Amino acid sequence: MSTTLVVLIVLALGAAGYVLGRGRALREVNGDQRRLHSLPSYYGTNVAMKTVVPAMLLMGIWLLAQPLIVETSVRGDLQDEAERQNRSVSLMMSDVRRVANGLDVAVSQGVMTRERASNMRTEFTDVRERLGQAGVALGSDVTSAVLRAAQRYRAISGRADLLRTGVVLALALAGLAFGLRNSTAGYRARNVVESGIKILLILAACIAILTTIGIVLSLVFNTIEFFRLYPASEFFFSTTWSPSFGGGSELGIIPLLWGTLYISVIALIVAVPIGLFAAIYLSEYASKRTRAIAKPAIEILAGIPTIVYGLFALLTIGPLLLRVFGDQTVGWMDAGTAVMTAGLAMGIMLIPFVSSLSDDIINAVPQSMRDGSYGLGATQSETIRQVILPAALPGIVGAILLAASRAIGETMIVVLGAGAAARLSLNPFEAMTTVTAKIVSQLTGDSDFRSAEALVAFALGMTLFVVTLALNVAALYIVRKYREQYE
Amino acid sequence: MTDATASAAPDAAPRRGKSIVTQDTNTRKRNAAEKRFQTYGMIAIGIGVFFLVALTWSILRSGLPAFTETAVTVEFNLSQEQFDEAESQVLKTAAYEGFFVRALQAQLNEEGAGDVQVEEDAVGRIMGNVGSQIREFYRANQDQLGQEVSFTVPASSRVDRYLNGALSREDLTNSRFLEPEDLDIVDRLVDSGVMANAFDWTFITGTDSGVDNPGGAGIGASVIGSFFMMFVVLVLALPIGVAASIYLEEFAPQNKFTDLIEVNISNLAAVPSIVFGILGLAVFIQFAHLPQSAPLVGGLVLTLMTLPTIIISTRASLKSVPPSIRAAALGVGASQMQAVFHHVLPLAAPGILTGTIIGLAQALGETAPLLLIGMVGFVARQYPDGLASGLLDPNSAMPAQIYTWAARADPAFYEKAWGGIIVLLVFLLFMNALAIFLRRKFERRW
Amino acid sequence: MYDADQNRTENRVGQADIKIAAKNVQVYYGETHAIKDVSVDIEDRLVTAFIGPSGCGKSTFLRCLNRMNDTIPICRVEGDIHIDNEDIYDKRVDPVQLRAKVGMVFQKPNPFPKSIYDNVAYGPKIHGLAKNKSELDDIVERALRRGAIWDEVKDRLDAPGTGLSGGQQQRLCIARAVATEPEVLLMDEPCSALDPIATSQVEELIDELKQNYSVVIVTHSMQQAARVSQKTAFFHLGNLVEYDETEKIFTNPQDSRTESYITGRIG
Repeated sequence: MSTTLVVLIVLALGAAGYVLGRGRALREVNGDQRRLHSLPSYYGTNVAMKTVVPAMLLMGIWLLAQPLIVETSVRGDLQDEAERQNRSVSLMMSDVRRVANGLDVAVSQGVMTRERASNMRTEFTDVRERLGQAGVALGSDVTSAVLRAAQRYRAISGRADLLRTGVVLALALAGLAFGLRNSTAGYRARNVVESGIKILLILAACIAILTTIGIVLSLVFNTIEFFRLYPASEFFFSTTWSPSFGGGSELGIIPLLWGTLYISVIALIVAVPIGLFAAIYLSEYASKRTRAIAKPAIEILAGIPTIVYGLFALLTIGPLLLRVFGDQTVGWMDAGTAVMTAGLAMGIMLIPFVSSLSDDIINAVPQSMRDGSYGLGATQSETIRQVILPAALPGIVGAILLAASRAIGETMIVVLGAGAAARLSLNPFEAMTTVTAKIVSQLTGDSDFRSAEALVAFALGMTLFVVTLALNVAALYIVRKYREQYE
Repeated sequence: MTDATASAAPDAAPRRGKSIVTQDTNTRKRNAAEKRFQTYGMIAIGIGVFFLVALTWSILRSGLPAFTETAVTVEFNLSQEQFDEAESQVLKTAAYEGFFVRALQAQLNEEGAGDVQVEEDAVGRIMGNVGSQIREFYRANQDQLGQEVSFTVPASSRVDRYLNGALSREDLTNSRFLEPEDLDIVDRLVDSGVMANAFDWTFITGTDSGVDNPGGAGIGASVIGSFFMMFVVLVLALPIGVAASIYLEEFAPQNKFTDLIEVNISNLAAVPSIVFGILGLAVFIQFAHLPQSAPLVGGLVLTLMTLPTIIISTRASLKSVPPSIRAAALGVGASQMQAVFHHVLPLAAPGILTGTIIGLAQALGETAPLLLIGMVGFVARQYPDGLASGLLDPNSAMPAQIYTWAARADPAFYEKAWGGIIVLLVFLLFMNALAIFLRRKFERRW
Repeated sequence: MYDADQNRTENRVGQADIKIAAKNVQVYYGETHAIKDVSVDIEDRLVTAFIGPSGCGKSTFLRCLNRMNDTIPICRVEGDIHIDNEDIYDKRVDPVQLRAKVGMVFQKPNPFPKSIYDNVAYGPKIHGLAKNKSELDDIVERALRRGAIWDEVKDRLDAPGTGLSGGQQQRLCIARAVATEPEVLLMDEPCSALDPIATSQVEELIDELKQNYSVVIVTHSMQQAARVSQKTAFFHLGNLVEYDETEKIFTNPQDSRTESYITGRIG
């Protein structure tokens, strides 16, 4: 039975539970709802909730856990075979999964009977060809061990599916019965429903924690896997980045960090003065009308997706810089993609970010500070430079840290504008590459997910995550302390 | 106060009687500094606005041509005999190309431009592979044989780019795709009105084409892909985000656990989007074995990415509902849950909606995570047929499609990428305008 | 009382020396008419108090005297205000120079988030009053002594000004205002945020200051006005009701509204 059908049945049971629960409570008081503890609808909801929620939760957890359990049991069988063939188990496991999926497709399309799929032997059938007929392309020939494992995989999965359907439906029915039994006049249905809803609300709030855990786990496990294949010291200290999927890659992060840093610094050099001065002008000088026009105009820049800035860098800024600094003039630049190109585009992207954060921070400086300074005969610019900016400094530092974290994590602009060559150079008109750009290129290639060349992306991601997290935490801490000071 | 009396005696008399009407040099200097400082501010604003204008200009200039195509309209009359003859030949499309060239020549003669001699090679370069298009039409509609049919055939993308100024004769000197002499023919075709600019519906409704056919590429399928992703985001992020916000704002006790959630949310809001892509790849594709390139996976990733934004704005709107409303509801005996769901939530709804739309707009333009879950390697060549296939079958999304075009070697695709950006920005503009409208209409000041 | 042609006599013996002369001053906040036709002459080297119920316009009027109202966009001032016979709303007047001459102390102590030294040195620095560091040191010390806070802070001039107690902060702000060597010192309810002990310290200080400055103080407290001022102006609903010797206002007011306020019936 398909998952969708099970879900529909559970939902239908829930709907029935609502009607039955409501009816039962009303019958007990002969239709006089004043004698019930709660409104009739709460009795219905109570039963429906008890029917649907536990069953669905169980199913969700089961669906996540089942592949893991099935894999561990199949993996055990593959251990010897893998050692004999000198291949990693996880690599063979992905073959097994692909074959098993292929068999499923073949059966569902009617290319193969169910029995044939379970009994087929590599000695007698070219499995790859047969699956090819069903539209499932396999990269290599199927060994007998893999085929047997795949068949076992399917068998266990099939049994687990059946068991799941049974258990879920049984749980739903049990919930229905339990809920109905409780639907008596004195039952505090509303309180029960409300605590149930509250639990759901808490679960929703926990998604944030789960997301963080998910990010950390997916980064950590794959990074550990990577360091098993590639020494960590090389990764952190090697100054060469030259992945080659045939083997013998050098995967040093330093050139990537250098590129990231260089581009971010250029972006900040563009964005911070412009953003800060724009914020100062808008909050201290601009007339109401200027503010009404200029503020949204600058904020529009913030609403533009980064892919647009990427394209702008690649197709407008790059060629423009090439014309100014290219071979025809000073010859500093060979191609449109360069650190400068990406840095400028990123700087433009960050202007509204810096300016709106600084605007908030400058406005948080109390008016009494300004009064104090004007009262001493300071001009407006003296007040801003010597009183407001020093007072707002922690907040502005926080804003710059946030902007830096944005710049370091930005992907599309560097993918399109910075180039692909990992280089340690000082020339801002040379192409360099960044951590984010390499995450993309290592994971979008056709390489095997289990190779060091692909797994390095997770180690890069881990580095990126740690760096940006540290910047964010520091920035949020500084900004919060700053705000508390004036509250 | 002993020091006050002690200090009063040795005081020098303050500078007195200085006029305030005449400016001293120091003040003049300071005022000049003031002017300078103000000018810096104006320059900064100017630069910001300039960038916006430059961006808009370069998008419009490069992107608008993507919406038009240059096409040749030819009156065509193919008899049954001609059709049979062509079908019996080995090079069938070449025969049709011959018919086309003859019809084109006839058309030119009719328009009074008979001095232009068109030949098959040149037409092949200018128009691309017309033969197969005509053949397909007649094979599908044999009842049209012997009748007058008007054919509109798009010219090659290079002709397009030549006509809108993106390509000059000099660029073509070494091109094997188009020769400078062909351009003379093109000029005459345009002069005589046989070749004209028309709105390119394929771009809006079509699907992506192969790398060799930039003219036929359209963004339609990826718009649908984006639509399905937004559907997933809306269905998941709105209820979860609102539920989480209600808990945090209305019910959560002040303790370590609540703090943990809040810190998590504010940090997630600043995690680079590419990290969410890694999460999607590792959890949804490698771990949960959901299909690659599926809008469902894209939607899930974008949901996780958008949730913090929605939670933050929803909490702000819940917070703006004054406590007196809650007190009033509790005062008539409503439970806390009822007070929230019957009174606070409806009052906060416009704000929540605005925040959600802005979150969706952000998600719509997001590209980086989609690269990692495989929505870029895939070429969107077909429309989904139904909800399930829309969610689970491989598709692209608008920003991913734009990236795909921008990454292709043929510069003719750049125009498509810019055009795609216009489409994307139109959607974003619409969503933001809707958000502003809702805010204006329902904004309430307590 | 006011006569434009009257020359300031160099020896002030026996004759009141007019420092600020305001005539027919009107102030509007957008549509609101906040100050209605106020004329007042403020004398040099004594303390003038502005009293009146909240919202009567006394602070608004005070802020006109050094053009602090310029920083509020919707505020409009009409009429003449002369300091030393110069119109402060004249087009040629730079409010910056005016404010150097007419210092101000605010209701809430507002030290800058800088060190105590830098707080006091700020004014002299921007106005270029010191040639070198040692001169600046002298100015700062003198100002802090005049602010009656030197003994309390001389060992920690580098400590942040915001770390002082409320009364100390307010005296620091007075020292900061004095450091620019103004001729007039405007005080907008300088003691309203202070405890009684700090208040009495500041009041003593005000009494000292009148030797060198013309001090104008806005206060809520009639006792304070009686204690520190020599002349008192009573404002009510934007009007200047009565202006006279402090003693006379408190013992023998001419206007019934003044009497009601003094005896606690309005306010």
